[in-house]
Amino acid sequence: MGLNELWFALLGVLLTGYAILDGFDLGVGILHLVAREDKERRVMLNSIGPLWDGNEVWLVTFGGALFAAFPECYATTFSAFYTPFIILLFALIFRAVSLEFRSKIDSPTWRSLWDVAFWLSSAVATLLFGVAVGNAMLGLPIGADKEFQGTLLDLLRPYSLLVGLLTVSLFAMHGANYLLLKTDGALRDRIYMWAWHSFGVFLVLYVLTTIFTLVKIPHATANLNKYPVGWLIVVLNVLAITNIPRALFMHKPFYAFISSACTIAALNFLFGAALFPNLLVSSLNPEWNLTIYNAASSPKTLGIMAIIAALGMPFVLAYTSVVYWTFRGKVEIGKFGY
Amino acid sequence: MELDAITLSRLQFALTVMFHYIFPPLSIGLGWIMVIMEGAYLKTGDKEYEAIARFWTSIFAVVFAMGVASGIVMEFQFGTNWATYSRFVGDVFGSALAAEGIFAFFLESGFLAILVFGWDRVGPKMHFFSTVMVALGALFSSIWIVVANSWQQTPAGFHLVDTGSGVRAEITDFWAVVFNPSSVHRLVHVWIGCGILGAFFVLSISSYYLLKQRHVTMAKKMFQVALSVGLVMSLIAPISGHFQARNVAATQPAKLAAFEGHFHTSEGGAPLYLWGWPSEKERKVYFGLAIPGLLSFLVHESFVKPVPGLDQFPEEDWPPVWLSFQTYHVMLALGVYFIGITGLSAFLWWRGKLFDTRWLLWVLVFSVPAPFIANEFGWAAAELGRQPWIVYNLLRTADAASPAVSAQQVLGSIIVFGIIYAVLFALWLYILDKKIKRGPEVFLAKDSTEAQSSSLLDVASALTRHEGASLTATNGNGNDNNN
Repeated sequence: MGLNELWFALLGVLLTGYAILDGFDLGVGILHLVAREDKERRVMLNSIGPLWDGNEVWLVTFGGALFAAFPECYATTFSAFYTPFIILLFALIFRAVSLEFRSKIDSPTWRSLWDVAFWLSSAVATLLFGVAVGNAMLGLPIGADKEFQGTLLDLLRPYSLLVGLLTVSLFAMHGANYLLLKTDGALRDRIYMWAWHSFGVFLVLYVLTTIFTLVKIPHATANLNKYPVGWLIVVLNVLAITNIPRALFMHKPFYAFISSACTIAALNFLFGAALFPNLLVSSLNPEWNLTIYNAASSPKTLGIMAIIAALGMPFVLAYTSVVYWTFRGKVEIGKFGY
Repeated sequence: MELDAITLSRLQFALTVMFHYIFPPLSIGLGWIMVIMEGAYLKTGDKEYEAIARFWTSIFAVVFAMGVASGIVMEFQFGTNWATYSRFVGDVFGSALAAEGIFAFFLESGFLAILVFGWDRVGPKMHFFSTVMVALGALFSSIWIVVANSWQQTPAGFHLVDTGSGVRAEITDFWAVVFNPSSVHRLVHVWIGCGILGAFFVLSISSYYLLKQRHVTMAKKMFQVALSVGLVMSLIAPISGHFQARNVAATQPAKLAAFEGHFHTSEGGAPLYLWGWPSEKERKVYFGLAIPGLLSFLVHESFVKPVPGLDQFPEEDWPPVWLSFQTYHVMLALGVYFIGITGLSAFLWWRGKLFDTRWLLWVLVFSVPAPFIANEFGWAAAELGRQPWIVYNLLRTADAASPAVSAQQVLGSIIVFGIIYAVLFALWLYILDKKIKRGPEVFLAKDSTEAQSSSLLDVASALTRHEGASLTATNGNGNDNNN
């Protein structure tokens, strides 16, 4: 494996880490309005309070690593997705500040306003992540100059919207599984219902997306056919998905959470396998694809970054574990009837 | 000025980066003041220092959140609005960004969770460790950002390579990139600016408490820590500024000429303007007060040696003179003000009259915008003075934007950014105001409440507070360090 392949894999790890970690707190946001009174909503917010910021850093690092390792891909993608990414930024800003501001003022109007902002921004951000993935699967009109030649409408295609909705249902389900570990009482009963609802929606959309992908995007499975061992991931993916209802039924939320995390990881892997060695497929001419070779930084930079990653990653994993360990267990807000 | 995609992208970058830069220097400055306060608590066991540390942590949390929210915008914007620039610098710039993500952001965000939410989940030593780590993380982050920006000012450690679809800079020597000619000077100056900002922020709030006779003993403790930091930082700022100016003279002479409105290369010594109104068209400075020979002295340590003026450079390579001049001079004037006001305060403190000099405390209350402006304008001067280049002498700003993005798209985003940032800023001030009015005392009340509580409600609220900062304040009993 050369440096280019290594960085493709590392970006995959960062994206997977992001999707699993921020996935559950985005999911909590999507389910936020399931909590009805103020106290329940604060339980929801506090369940992710110390964690969401660190989770979002995975996205920041993914962005930085994409810029560093594959600047051509970063430049093309980010300018092509100008409007959706700006909306995504607004969503991320509103999410951060609604978490931070909501409970600071004791007024029902103020709080409901931020509750809606938190829910909407979480849902919109998730949807847009999915739409971006869907577009990357389909390919974009990229010219010989590596620039995007399309318009906003080229980004809003049925398949990409379908993947967007799939992502919303997946994160909602993942968030529900997380909340089952973090909540108690009546709120937890309602979350349990919603874990089932979101699983149902996810299952339908998953089947639809799979059919659509197999029929419409022939290059998506080319790598799997070349390396049949990859089908093992497909099998694991299906097993992880079927384990979710089993774990829910048996009231073992930890297994459900692990299974939804594995589902996210497997889907990310399949996304990477569908692209490799491309980063962005040109729908105009396959020769204009941005690949991990023609869009990459120099070997020297990739080598320096590999050293940086090797030095930094153990620390990152160490303090992520410390933080998750420190904040383990149920949210304790309800204990004092406050 | 035509509103094309380039101009609009520049405006948007200026707007978003200046909004962003309200927060990071404050978190860097406050971070170190928090380390001192909490360190004092660990050393002395004085509960007041603990309350102070908790109070500032709760303020720090909202500053930090705004910094994160507005910071992601910056990272995205290189790609969305400046695609050509990103292709050009990615190979060099990317290593710095990746290092920032891995070394700084994870450190900050991980330990921030413990800093804000972990008061009662970890012991005091572990908590102090987290405070130090967050403060370190903020410093690390500034290192990589200033390194990347300094590389744009004084590129080093690279060579130009034609990739087929365009020319780009590729790294040849990582350490030469990191220690490019301006990075250390600029980093030191940025840190000093952060220290002054943090100090004036704390000074302003503690002066307000002193004037209102609230939390007086705690306010004095905060005041003294902040004044010491503020005085030292204000005094070393001109020293670092001097080295930096010499560095600019050596590496970016057109920038220095624009800072000083120095249109014509002088025969002998060049003057230094205290103020003025430069006219680019007429190539002279109106209403200026100049000290003869001082610029030559600062650059060459000789009053008679000439300094190259703007006439040495083709006009298409001139920075915007009026803006460079004014932003630079406002920063300088404020730097003098910081020395004066902290010097006077320290003198009165020594004479034991400080806390009775009410007018000075009022001046300190309202001085808090000054270091914000100095930080913003200092950066603005640095960036304006680099124009018309985005990467000095290598890539023009006019050639650096995204070809795929239209002016209408940028106009749309700039309007929404403007509205959202205005609303956020107002809300931020409102929440800050509430926290400041509530004060640090609520964090002190803990023990006494537990000891004397008679009603069930008191017990409940005391326990809540004890159980975790992970609860959200609703009725002013102090648990507001979080969401």
